[in-house]
Amino acid sequence: MTSSRTAGSRGKWLVSGPPLLYLIIFFAIPTLIMLAASFRTPGEFGGLAPLVDETGKLDVNLESYARFFTEPVYFEVFLKSVVYALVTTFCCLLLAYPLATLIARSAQRYRDLLLLLVILPFWSNFLIRVYAWMIILGPNAALAKGVNGVLGLVGIAPVPLLFSSFAVLVCLVYVHLPFMVLPLYANLEKHDQALLDAAQDLGANAWQRFWRITFPLSLPGVYAGAALVFIPALGIFAIPDILGGPNDTLIGNLIKQQFLETRDWPFGSVLSIVLTLAALALAGIAAWVAKRHADAGGTIDA
Amino acid sequence: MALLEIQGVTRRFGDFTAVDDVSLSIEAGEFFTLLGPSGCGKTTLLRMIAGFDLPDGGRILLRGEDLASQPPEARPVRTVFQSYALFPHMTVEGNIAFPLRMAKASQDEIRSKVAGALDDVRLGGFGRRFPHELSGGQKQRVAIARALVTQPTVLLLDEPLAALDAKLREDMQIELIDMQKQAGITFVYVTHDQTEALALSHRIAVMNKGKVEQMDEPSRIYGFPKTRFVADFIGHCNLFSGPVTANNEGIVAVDVPGLGSVSVRADTDVRPGAPGTIALRPEKIRIESAGTATTGNRCRGKVAELLYMGDVTVYKVATADGSRVEALLANSQSGRAKFFEVGDDVEMGWAVDAGHFIAA
Repeated sequence: MTSSRTAGSRGKWLVSGPPLLYLIIFFAIPTLIMLAASFRTPGEFGGLAPLVDETGKLDVNLESYARFFTEPVYFEVFLKSVVYALVTTFCCLLLAYPLATLIARSAQRYRDLLLLLVILPFWSNFLIRVYAWMIILGPNAALAKGVNGVLGLVGIAPVPLLFSSFAVLVCLVYVHLPFMVLPLYANLEKHDQALLDAAQDLGANAWQRFWRITFPLSLPGVYAGAALVFIPALGIFAIPDILGGPNDTLIGNLIKQQFLETRDWPFGSVLSIVLTLAALALAGIAAWVAKRHADAGGTIDA
Repeated sequence: MALLEIQGVTRRFGDFTAVDDVSLSIEAGEFFTLLGPSGCGKTTLLRMIAGFDLPDGGRILLRGEDLASQPPEARPVRTVFQSYALFPHMTVEGNIAFPLRMAKASQDEIRSKVAGALDDVRLGGFGRRFPHELSGGQKQRVAIARALVTQPTVLLLDEPLAALDAKLREDMQIELIDMQKQAGITFVYVTHDQTEALALSHRIAVMNKGKVEQMDEPSRIYGFPKTRFVADFIGHCNLFSGPVTANNEGIVAVDVPGLGSVSVRADTDVRPGAPGTIALRPEKIRIESAGTATTGNRCRGKVAELLYMGDVTVYKVATADGSRVEALLANSQSGRAKFFEVGDDVEMGWAVDAGHFIAA
């Protein structure tokens, strides 16, 4: 018995070892390096100042943290990023739900084609797709001309579509939409038609069937999609860089600036850590709400 | 006037006619069963009564009112689905409260009716459980409680016991009979299991290929099948076919290959020369040692196979031309396990009244 258990645990390590090693090298160690860097002093020409200064004192401090929490501009950028990510998640959910429902309910022979169309954008480069929006939203494109033409009719001055929060949000939603569609589809596709028949038989109209049966049962898909959209949307920098206006600096841009332009690694690390913790905290809150919802679900008091 | 009238209902799927000009009338308070093999159209008919499907022809009337314009949620009809279809994200209480909530019942009414419904199906104390925490029989009872809690006019049951094991099925059959009696609600029950249909129903409609072959009380269906299909589908039955040779004031003689002339009482006006079939239940045949049979029809053969079933033994006896006759003997008499062995010469006998004549 002991020997078989040893053999079993050896097999377990053989299987889980390589991915674990991968996570340690490429996730745990870099995170720890970043955590360590956040307590250091920035170097004169970028990078980090020596850990032990000329006087022989250990140079670790909380100055970068102090900077984040005392200068409100950083917190404002951070808050703005959260709002952009939440709006993106919400818009993706609104667009993806009907689309995922349509795919899940279409005949088997069309499903693969429709799913292929959903993931087709991934076949071209991310940056190219973002640049494409510069053309679509550009001042000489049909979209801007049409919108401003209508606005002109009602006497409103023309608005630029490009280099605006609108452009950033449209592109954020566009880029992240497949990440919402796929988990939602995977969930909705498994739904049992008999449950909807039963609900209808018991007196539920189309809206009640959706709200009482389909939607609550799709919540795992909604949460998965929301996490897959919210977390990357929170840290994005390329889209505001390319399509945003001067007020569309997000936390991702700030982090990129600290590492590549200002070359203040400790402060960049602080921003990254705050971003990671915020993403974790929001995911935790969402999971907690989901669990409470599930526990209370369907009792007569609910 | 019957409670539920099905008048000439037809439903086609492409070239396939699932339900073919079916007319039935079901009385209030009746336990009515649609019985037939899979694909006979019984479930399609049930779905049309529930409203999930619409007839291509004919009408379905409830209390004289055509249901065609009412969607399923508006019909005073509830269904118990084969898969139970309990809502997995709701507790037992939540499931049973669902139809009450859809009917906009008050919170107090919901509370008292749910509690009453749970007691009715002996599930008091299970209200806070989720469906995945219940056994098959308990799920079944929740599904029935949920369907009955709003006092529907008709309850439709689509093979509700098919997923249960044999012992539990028998218990649930008795419970179903009790519930139906207690609730006084008309049950329309769909099954392919003939013993279930015989045990539960007030009346049975036997369906085959979209048509109703026979509609009658269980004992009439079993004892006096109108067609070859019904005789064969309900229980075991020997079917002897051949030309009618004589009709002597209600006693018809049929010339059956391998058996010779077999007489049977028939109240039909059949002429000699017409084709006929005699349906004869295995338990109606006396099986004795060769040379001892006395009255009525008799026929010799050799035991070819026997199946010991515990309470009875089934003998398959080969006749002169090699065709098989099935006979059944209760093992209770004299306590012996079996009376004959394979290869024994036996004589079978049955009274003229034992069989049942089917024209054609």
